[in-house]
Amino acid sequence: MEPTENIAVQTASVDQKKVVIDIRGLRKSFGENHVLNGFNMRLYEGENLVVMGKSGSGKSVMIKCLVGLMQPDSGYIEVLGKEIKTLDRETLDVLRSDIGFLFQGSALYDSMTVRENLEFPLRRHKEKIGQTGSTESRVLEALENVGLAHTVDLMPEELSGGMKRRIALARTIILKPKIILYDEPTSGLDPITSKEIIELMRSIQKKYRTSALIITHDVDCARVVSERMILLVDGTNYAEGTYLQLSSSEDPKVEAFFKK
Amino acid sequence: MAQTVQATKNIKQFLGETGELSYFAGRFFKEFLKPPFELKELLRQCYQLGNRSLVLVLFTGFIIGLVLTLQSRPTLIQFGAVSMMPNMVGISIVREIGPVITALICAGRIASGIGAELGSMRVTEQIDAMEVSGTNPFKYLVVTRILAATLMLPILVVFGDLVALYGSALVENLKGNVSFQLYFNTVFDALSYGDLVPATIKSFFFGFVIGLVGCFKGYYSKKGTAGVGIAANTAVVVASLLVFLVDFIAVFVSDIFYEL
Repeated sequence: MEPTENIAVQTASVDQKKVVIDIRGLRKSFGENHVLNGFNMRLYEGENLVVMGKSGSGKSVMIKCLVGLMQPDSGYIEVLGKEIKTLDRETLDVLRSDIGFLFQGSALYDSMTVRENLEFPLRRHKEKIGQTGSTESRVLEALENVGLAHTVDLMPEELSGGMKRRIALARTIILKPKIILYDEPTSGLDPITSKEIIELMRSIQKKYRTSALIITHDVDCARVVSERMILLVDGTNYAEGTYLQLSSSEDPKVEAFFKK
Repeated sequence: MAQTVQATKNIKQFLGETGELSYFAGRFFKEFLKPPFELKELLRQCYQLGNRSLVLVLFTGFIIGLVLTLQSRPTLIQFGAVSMMPNMVGISIVREIGPVITALICAGRIASGIGAELGSMRVTEQIDAMEVSGTNPFKYLVVTRILAATLMLPILVVFGDLVALYGSALVENLKGNVSFQLYFNTVFDALSYGDLVPATIKSFFFGFVIGLVGCFKGYYSKKGTAGVGIAANTAVVVASLLVFLVDFIAVFVSDIFYEL
């Protein structure tokens, strides 16, 4: 299967929607290791897009380039109509308030309580809370969304792995972002907690009508949350389509992802 | 041949790291002057760094004062100059031993603590999470810690000096029947601004290099738990070496002023 043949598999309804993330020809290398070799992707408003790939295939590098945590070697990245490369720090920070990022290991600040963790993103974006209520009400609302309002004064070390991930999800949505980026949202969790996280992701998307880009190698997660999927192989788009389309593919490289 | 290649590689690495550390210091001064100022975090760090080292500094200072007096006593008695003990101990502690010993303790305690803390935050993506939330992690984590170390070290030196002098006075009181009042009066009579000012100024520089090296090693810690250990370890080694280098420069410069 040639990679270029598969990039164009998209549904007609998706094409008519507004593009919120546009990545074209993204390249990134670390020395001789060419991680991304001309990756292309479009995320549409309200869509759940899953990018699947093996470990080390460049999924996390791509998502970090997307929010300006890493500089790509070349390529074009546009988020919510703004080209990332051209933005100064101030504008990038404002744009970042519209992008939620759930990190693979939760990345809770371990010297702060749950409340302080959730308040942290609000301190630089006070104008956002000004419109819809106080910091306290925002924190409690976000925690209620993940069913952990009672943990508000606990330290991260007092929480289980699943609880940490849910708190991290609450921190991700506290600024009511337009796009949420999930970096391996179920990695390191048991199947039951993974299901809970997937359910939370779905309910959050339904409630806040966000667009979501989910980086994962968890097929079950992809099956439940994806509307469209991209398979990333050797740093480029290898195949693209819905879960059903890809899971029924006879291409050996695509099949390898869906084998149990 | 192989040795020459290795030596060239080491020199290149040393120069590269020196350049990076200088750039890091330059970035500190640039960010330090720009609002928003993280005052709450600065105060928290001052408390943390000061509190973390105070007991150790007091204990070490007390022992140094005791030992210095006990060791010098027989020689001074031999030359009939035991009455010069407060002058000798006072000047050596205030000018040199107090600041250098306190700085070395803080290099072990503060630089390793900062290196490990920031290294761990880097590895667990907490620094990335701060960046994504629109907070400048360099300003929040690095500027506050370097400033706190710079401000707290002279205070710790004052405490260390006083306790060392007390230790010395205790020996003189027990062995030579010198009253505490007489001892301290003699010490303060012997001290001049020329002893106090350079010692205080160099203490600020000691604090600065300790904070700088700890932050530099932690902030750019390589991935993995081993990286955190290396960051903490090298932070102590480099900070200790820089303390001696700064001390040499400070003594050299103050010597020039004395001669003028």
